[in-house]
Amino acid sequence: MSDRKYTKDHEWIDVSGGEATIGISDYAQDQLGDVVYVDLPDVGQQVEKGAEAAVIESVKAASEVYAPATGEVTARNDALDDNPALVNESAEGDGWFYRMKLSNMSDLDGLMDAEAYAAYLEALD
Amino acid sequence: MNIERTTISGARGLDRDEPLSFEQDAPGRTGVDLPAAPDAPDRLGGLRRQGGIGLPGLAEPQVVRHFVRLSRMNYAIDYGLYPLGSCTMKHNPRLNERLARLPGIGDVHPMQPQSTTQGVLRLMSELAHWLTELTGMATVAMTPGAGAQGEMCGMMAIRAAHEARGEPRKRVLVPESAHGTNPATAAICGYEVDSIPATADGRVDMAAFEAKLGPDVAGLMLTNPNTCGLFERDIIRIAELIHGVGGYFYCDGANFNAIVGKVRPGDLGIDAMHINLHKTFSTPHGGGGPGSGPVVFSEALAPYAPLPKVVQRDGRYELIEQEDGPRVGRMKGFHGQFGMFVRALAYMQSHGRDGLKQVAEDAVLNANYVMEKLKDLLPPAYPGPCMHEVLVSDRGLDGTGVETMDLAKALIDEGYHPMTVYFPLIVHGAMLIEPTETETRETLDSFIRVMRGLVEQARAGDEAAYFKAAPVMTPRRRLDETLAARKPVLRWVPEAPVAEAAE
Amino acid sequence: MRYLPQTPDDRAAMLSAIGVGSIDELFRDVPAAVLNAPIDSLPDHQGEMAVERHFQGFARENLSPASAPCFIGAGAYHHHVPATVDHLIQRSEFLTSYTPYQPEISQGTLQYLFEFQTQVALLTGMDVANASMYDGATATSEAVLMAHRITKRKKSLISGRLHPHYRETTETLLRFTPYDLEIRDPVIGGQGGLAEAIDKDTACVVVQNPDVFGEFKDLTGLAEACHAQGALLIVAVTEVVSLGLVTPPGAMGADIVTAEGQSLGVPLSFGGPHVGLFACRQKYVRQMPGRLAGETLDADGKRGYVLTLNAREQHIRREKATSNICTNAGLCALAFCIHVTLLGEAGMTGLAEVNHRTASLLAERLTALPEVKLLTERFFNEFALDIGRPAAPVVEALAALGILGGVPASRLFPGEPSLDNVLILAATETVSEADIDRLVGALQEISA
Repeated sequence: MSDRKYTKDHEWIDVSGGEATIGISDYAQDQLGDVVYVDLPDVGQQVEKGAEAAVIESVKAASEVYAPATGEVTARNDALDDNPALVNESAEGDGWFYRMKLSNMSDLDGLMDAEAYAAYLEALD
Repeated sequence: MNIERTTISGARGLDRDEPLSFEQDAPGRTGVDLPAAPDAPDRLGGLRRQGGIGLPGLAEPQVVRHFVRLSRMNYAIDYGLYPLGSCTMKHNPRLNERLARLPGIGDVHPMQPQSTTQGVLRLMSELAHWLTELTGMATVAMTPGAGAQGEMCGMMAIRAAHEARGEPRKRVLVPESAHGTNPATAAICGYEVDSIPATADGRVDMAAFEAKLGPDVAGLMLTNPNTCGLFERDIIRIAELIHGVGGYFYCDGANFNAIVGKVRPGDLGIDAMHINLHKTFSTPHGGGGPGSGPVVFSEALAPYAPLPKVVQRDGRYELIEQEDGPRVGRMKGFHGQFGMFVRALAYMQSHGRDGLKQVAEDAVLNANYVMEKLKDLLPPAYPGPCMHEVLVSDRGLDGTGVETMDLAKALIDEGYHPMTVYFPLIVHGAMLIEPTETETRETLDSFIRVMRGLVEQARAGDEAAYFKAAPVMTPRRRLDETLAARKPVLRWVPEAPVAEAAE
Repeated sequence: MRYLPQTPDDRAAMLSAIGVGSIDELFRDVPAAVLNAPIDSLPDHQGEMAVERHFQGFARENLSPASAPCFIGAGAYHHHVPATVDHLIQRSEFLTSYTPYQPEISQGTLQYLFEFQTQVALLTGMDVANASMYDGATATSEAVLMAHRITKRKKSLISGRLHPHYRETTETLLRFTPYDLEIRDPVIGGQGGLAEAIDKDTACVVVQNPDVFGEFKDLTGLAEACHAQGALLIVAVTEVVSLGLVTPPGAMGADIVTAEGQSLGVPLSFGGPHVGLFACRQKYVRQMPGRLAGETLDADGKRGYVLTLNAREQHIRREKATSNICTNAGLCALAFCIHVTLLGEAGMTGLAEVNHRTASLLAERLTALPEVKLLTERFFNEFALDIGRPAAPVVEALAALGILGGVPASRLFPGEPSLDNVLILAATETVSEADIDRLVGALQEISA
């Protein structure tokens, strides 16, 4: 069972053991339009909760993607380098961004679950 | 009778595709005949290039055709109205081109002894005089390469002035409607950008501005007339307030065309302003440069203006290239975009002070005329009068399914270059129309008729498919920008040779 | 006024249509106290003939390299520009168009930029190039900033034999950034200990090749030293014609190459506008400053070109852009592109060969003079001499004889008295053997 959490900035985070996988939500990819490039953090890089961890570019816009938690990057999705369209096709699956080892599990406190995020999106419109 | 025909050649009369020069290579062809190399030893010591460069061989007639055919795929001011807001696409007099090419002007080497360059130094000095007189400012730094570098020059002078007083400050206030170069420039100067909101009438929100003022504010970057095409009514108060906290006032002079000869920025309390010679003073835009962005400075910032500069001493002109002091350092190689100085000065002298005032008046008149004639269909984003450009939102297209971009693309089929679209960012579906002073009333009337017609067609709803597909009469239809960005192909590469069947 | 088409009748009718009584009612947002301030010191409008006469006055006060033997280089070079170049760049559709924001009616500009990028990549031996920068000096400064972005390191090493304008422009751009520049002294000969100074904090090493004294070097070892420490090698080229003959920086391991393109197609014009070239390895393309033209397809599936990778630029990224620069040097890039197309493979290599052999002949003739020593061992079309006496007065004396006899190193390095006797001379294809005879004769006359 996934206990996927979402941020108000439309990132998702999946935790399994001490490791987390991060990406952007399907709603976010739809808002951005055709994704042309994703600038991912390097393996070994420290990212800090709330700070910029990646940049996602569409033809007409570039958006920062903030880290939902503090920790060290353990993997990046190299497939996005050659095929950024994966983010549009499968934002919450094959289009994941990076994995990280969490410093504090408590960073996840206060993030939304799928149901709460759906309600949050509802309220945005 | 309605005859459609696909030609054998693929051409459509005068319109034809043109392959890349690299696809027209015939080894052995060349477009130049060179003098013989003198008989003298090789001094490269074995570091010659290995293998060829990979350039194609074409003879001169082919080269001429190649570029003439390419040129025919471009729109140009010489062809028609180019109402690109904030870009000031006005007529480019050919006299200026001739003068920039005079022997003794166009071919002078920048490192010649100064005794052999008195004329070009005098020319720079004369241009500097015009620029400081027209702006009412103390001095001018001539070297910045274009507007963005001019901004950087001005903001660096501000930072240098604060540092000279031993109080580097952190924050620069920039209206949210600003051109993207403003925040990018503030960032390169090491400043944090603090955004000021706009009021409902498209100007600086004075209450918000005052609330942001403080001892850590280094300065303000404000475009005036602003990017909404409006004059900032409170500008003198704005200058007083920023000076009141020890900050400086940087004015982005991109829209100087609206007030040249009518208002001197120095009278408004401005400390630094760049002037886009390619806008206000009509040096050709050349497909995206070269520009030129001299910066005028108030007395307060004059000691920080970068070198080189021309001074007159004992009846002789001298180019000062080095000097101790707190100045901003060199902005680029040599002495600035001199070829643009020639053109701008010729333009100024042709107009004179009377003609330049008329430039501003006619530019403003033309923009207000367009606004008036469109306002029932395309209401202005903010109440007028506007200055040299009129800003409309896409409210007039509400419910039609036609968006700003579609209207722009349909204008192309009608024979016009579109206005600036989606800028400034604070207005939904923005369309920024700058006719400039060099258009006739008849041209404006034709443009107005077309704009009205297109909006009416959009509202009628029966042409929706056309608007989405437009333009359809151009050398190329809409281009796939997503494909270009996802798989960047930024240069030609030869096709891989067909592998020979191995025995 | 010949450029202003509205007649008094037009203006009256338009004001009436707008519903105002006078033009100044449209300026009503301007504080009254500052509107229509008189500008007494400037003259009124003038006709075309009067303006032309005025400018001929400026022209007469200069010594034109077209009418004097010219041996001046130092970052700008007097070359022959084919008549075709200047004719074509003055086509209305090139001269009076703007940045190709609407690609459907800008394919001409976009295609030549794509060809230009290809030419620059081939000449420099690099993977990709942008659509041009202001000039070689600003291109170099932007390259240093890019190297800091890529490596996230703090320090750059700048060769002392980089053109001082390039060095100073770089210092200006980096002055208010958190990055440090370590600048070497302008010593002639040797590598200046650059390779040994590279460490894990070094973002990049910047060298010019041929350097400001004309010396051409094999940079392969320096590139290896950079890469061993994870630093980038930036190579600046001020004389782009050299790339027709020499091993290009890309083949020596450069990561970013910047160059001044003025030598091909662009007039000297007292130092600007010129055209900056900027090329790099494919993997760094998204960190590049400046505009880029890219190939794509249109709605009918036809090949076409657009400005691409726009998300790097200031109009989208604002304060996070790769550069604050907006314009390129479009028309100068076109002049470069046309000249290179005219030259082609044979012309480019041939032109470079003529330059090289002419300079070699010049060096041979000048070093035969007493007290003149050649300081540059390996060179392309420019070299430095020790002339055994201060060079600046010699250059002035030559100018009085109608000869543009090189650049005294003291003008480039005013704080280096050790270089006072150094004269930097260049010879392009425009220099004839008779010109060399005149220079040699004049130098003999001056020392007599």
